[in-house]
Amino acid sequence: MTAPVVAARDLGPATERQVAADLVRRGLLALPVVAAVGALAWGLDGLASVALAAGLVLANFWLSAALLAWAARISLGLLMGVALFGFLLRLGLISAVVLAVADQPWLEPLPLGITLVVSHLGLLIWETRYVSASLAFPGLKPSPPEE
Amino acid sequence: MSLSVLAQEAAANGIDNKGLAALTYGLGAIGPGIGIGYLVGQSVQAMARQPEAAGMVRTTMFLGIAFVEALALIGFVVFFLGGA
Repeated sequence: MTAPVVAARDLGPATERQVAADLVRRGLLALPVVAAVGALAWGLDGLASVALAAGLVLANFWLSAALLAWAARISLGLLMGVALFGFLLRLGLISAVVLAVADQPWLEPLPLGITLVVSHLGLLIWETRYVSASLAFPGLKPSPPEE
Repeated sequence: MSLSVLAQEAAANGIDNKGLAALTYGLGAIGPGIGIGYLVGQSVQAMARQPEAAGMVRTTMFLGIAFVEALALIGFVVFFLGGA
């Protein structure tokens, strides 16, 4: 009887980076529409608040993917630690940035809060639809890049 | 200690809305922390046992982490709008 093979790290392609790049691309596509809604409802202050919140959400996705992809290449144990402490770090960064500008006259709290939650969830749902479809029907997956 | 007891203690000790909002944010971050720990633990186990499925597991794990994080983000927004 042979001992089961247990992998200690994953040297495969960094799928998190691909998903995050997709999320950022879609976020940048949707940003003008969201910014226009913010500007129409709250004026220039709303536009600035919406842009800040959207930037925070996209940076959060990108940082999360970069940290996880880096850790997975080193060890799966490190991946566990990076996922948990990365959660704390990124939540702390978002809190620090928002609280740092909370007293600025141009900041509108309502559009900032709404954009943070809606853009995060909206982009995720958009991406999940694509990922679910490509996992269920592998034929829909984009073809690998030509070498 | 239940939440109603905490709220009564807060009222008795003169803790304002900002303090309560911060407390709610802290309590609200516990759930996502547990969720991410469980999610990543199971994913790491899956990748260790089935390295050939690691790509699919990592994609699902990343999306799962982001969905769980949305809960903490909602907690932060409630804290920011309610207390800050």
